Amino acid sequence: MSLQFISLVVNGEARELEAYPMERLLDVLRDHLGLTGTKEGCGEGECGACSVLINGELVNSCLVPIAQANGTEIVTIEGIAASGQLHPAQRAFLECGGAQCGMCTPGMIVATVHLLKKYPQPDAEQIREGLNGNLCRCTGYMRIFEAVEKAAALEQAR
Amino acid sequence: MGQERIVGTPVLRKEGVAKVRGAARYIDDISLPDMIYGATVRSSIPRGRILKIEFGEGIPWGEFVIASAKDIPGANVIAMINKDWPCLVEEQVNHPEEAILLLAHPDRHLLPKAVAAVCIEYAALPSVHSIEESERGDVVVWGEDNVFKKFLIEKGDVDAAWSQADFIVEGEYSTGAQEHLYIENNGVIAAYTPDEGLTIWGSMQCPFYVHKSLVLLTGLPEDKVRIIQVETGGAFGGKEDYPSMIGAHAALLAMKSGRPVKIMYDRMEDMVATTKRHPSRTRIRSAVTKDGKLLAAEIDFALDGGAYSTLSSTVLSRGTIHAGGPYCWPNIRVRSKAFATNCPPHGAFRGFGAPQSLFAIERHMDRVAHDIGMPPDELRRRNFLRQGLTTSTGQVIREPVDLGGLLSRALTLSDYHMKRERFDRGNAGAKKKKGIGISAFLHGSGFTGSGERYLNSVAAMDATADGKLRVLVSSTEFGQGTNTILCQIAAEALGIDYDAIEIAPPDTSLVPNTGPTVASRTSMIVGKLVHSAALGLKQTLQAAALLGDNWTTREFCEAAKAHVAKYGVLRSTSRYEPPPDVFWDDEKYRGEAYPAFAWAVYVAEVTVDMITYGVTVDDFVAVQEVGRVLNPVLATGQIEGGVAQGIGYALYEKVQWERGRMANGQMTNYIIPTSQDIPPIRVYFEETPFSHGAFGAKGIGELPMDGPAPAILNAVSHATGEDFNAIPLLPEDICLRLGLRPAVPAEEVAV
Repeated sequence: MSLQFISLVVNGEARELEAYPMERLLDVLRDHLGLTGTKEGCGEGECGACSVLINGELVNSCLVPIAQANGTEIVTIEGIAASGQLHPAQRAFLECGGAQCGMCTPGMIVATVHLLKKYPQPDAEQIREGLNGNLCRCTGYMRIFEAVEKAAALEQAR
Repeated sequence: MGQERIVGTPVLRKEGVAKVRGAARYIDDISLPDMIYGATVRSSIPRGRILKIEFGEGIPWGEFVIASAKDIPGANVIAMINKDWPCLVEEQVNHPEEAILLLAHPDRHLLPKAVAAVCIEYAALPSVHSIEESERGDVVVWGEDNVFKKFLIEKGDVDAAWSQADFIVEGEYSTGAQEHLYIENNGVIAAYTPDEGLTIWGSMQCPFYVHKSLVLLTGLPEDKVRIIQVETGGAFGGKEDYPSMIGAHAALLAMKSGRPVKIMYDRMEDMVATTKRHPSRTRIRSAVTKDGKLLAAEIDFALDGGAYSTLSSTVLSRGTIHAGGPYCWPNIRVRSKAFATNCPPHGAFRGFGAPQSLFAIERHMDRVAHDIGMPPDELRRRNFLRQGLTTSTGQVIREPVDLGGLLSRALTLSDYHMKRERFDRGNAGAKKKKGIGISAFLHGSGFTGSGERYLNSVAAMDATADGKLRVLVSSTEFGQGTNTILCQIAAEALGIDYDAIEIAPPDTSLVPNTGPTVASRTSMIVGKLVHSAALGLKQTLQAAALLGDNWTTREFCEAAKAHVAKYGVLRSTSRYEPPPDVFWDDEKYRGEAYPAFAWAVYVAEVTVDMITYGVTVDDFVAVQEVGRVLNPVLATGQIEGGVAQGIGYALYEKVQWERGRMANGQMTNYIIPTSQDIPPIRVYFEETPFSHGAFGAKGIGELPMDGPAPAILNAVSHATGEDFNAIPLLPEDICLRLGLRPAVPAEEVAV
């Protein structure tokens, strides 16, 4: 297979590169674009550590061939705090203890931002359901649930 | 307690901002110029001799750097307690997925193809795959009798007690292997030049363990081996011993190629090749009076250690000491053995032997209660250890302990009595049966017995030229909060702001050896050392007349800066001193096993679906006494995370073994709890400051792993009226036991 010309908008910035069509979006983000905030946990779409938004949809970037992402708009953890200030979700994770080892955290925060778009005031079941594709081995999820609730409250107050 | 400004408050995680921004740099986020990638060729059989190695066609082998055991300059060994664990197989394979050859190439995508193209021919030898097979001894795979280590604890006169018993209750309990499943797989980078020596960056818990191992392996002088821990994405014990192995592999490739080498495992390689929690079997025979007094116990505790001894002797030790639970046994005998089998060595995992033996005793207590007709909470209450009583090793409990109080609080918070009665009434014929179960337990903080004396740990604090105060320790952060609590302790001791304290990177060329980050020792032992080092720093500044009796943070930092300017350095170190009157007999296994214990009572409420046989945990109450709580948000997170791992251990996480190889080495088929599997975990602390811990702290990290599994199985047994004595307990296990006796009439099942 030969290299293909790919154009993307990543965190609001137009990016152009050459990649093999079946390269994983995860590798393109990490290796070509240096966006190492997106993590690999399992490489098979189970853990959600590689979660990013493609055109606003939450996906596992380890399962997306780059050819499929061509022409899309992508948001990674590096694009969440656009202004340099922490996003309410990031602040809430920090304050509530939602991040321990930090490996699931970027994907978990991207999933939280996605969840809050869908449900600005999520109830407990919506939070559990919304994050069920993101595995955390450290926290037991309680601090994460609290962080999502706090993020929702902070968003409301903005 | 209570007058501190910083200790006991929920200050923010030191490295938290970097983590929530995705800016924290883990090993796979780091590249060095000219770096190439390494991969490992592994055994496909459990045991046998290598006859021939062939490099298959279609691979440009000339481009590869290939290392074997012959390339090891020093000893072919990963140094743990014994020296039986080879870095690379020379002739004989002893478990599946054992490392035989190392390959390196600039294109990491080519490596899996190259690994697959190496063809190895073996002469197979018989292998053993369970405690029972190993114990039988007809095939000897390690030493003379397959036994890595054995212990015997004896207190009182067990043999005389049986005749006085109203009841003798016997049982056998077993626990399975458990995969750590840290979200970040193992990975390292090694670089070598003859001038600078060897440097290894990696995801790890214990930089000085890797250092010790690499000095032996490379034959390099100690100051030519430098180990640096980088941000580590979870460990739970799984990065205690294995980083020495993967570090050694990368080092050999770096030394042979002259280029930096990264080895990063993918999930399957990490799951099939690295350590797991030791599977166990515990047999208990106990003598009890009709009014619920425990008279004696005879406990036989066995662990499956895998193919090499690694940490099995110490895991066995902790499990043996914890086998009696939090009860005063006037007479007890515990015999234990760790057996060799032909699977990858089992290793450290949060709890370190205690979750195994505590599972057994806490299931057994419920069975004793049932047999003598006493409520399980009451049986426990009548036998709890308290101040002045002695443990199985004869250790006198000197600090105040109120297990009865913890139990009462847990029962109230969980509404235990009302629910137990209500479930008993409602369960007959129900499609969904409800149960509620208790566990009571203890966890020893710090190394066992003489361990802390041998470690002889050192911590330090210093100041930089610009007046920044730094904590210097080899203790590592991997999510538990090491960075944060040690900086809290230093700030408290120095009387300055938390933000003014930094923690140096755990780099063996920069920091003293504070011992490994294991065994629930960081808050209590290392925290105390940091506290002392901080006080030394303050006294130095006062003695130099740079600091008065009162100061602001700015004044303190200015004084530190002035000291560095004038004398070139400001540094204070402190070395471990054992608490007074502590005695441990390594031979007889008697005496003060631990400087302190943390105590807890947990209550689990479950539903057993009688159609699917699925178990859900509906509510979980965790009440514990861990001494002073240094940071309530981090401490609560430790408990909740441990409980979630315990739920997985009890109900979901099953390693499927096929002749010593994990057959389900993927997240797809090894199931850990998700956000939808976890009940509300309600965490409560009683705070009884420990006189020898940092600001009263004891160990916390491992404790919450010990209690969930027995509480959950006790609840399932309550719900179903059946004894379930093995974990993991999967729906198919319940189905096999109950399925032949349908509790729900067939016409109701059909929907």
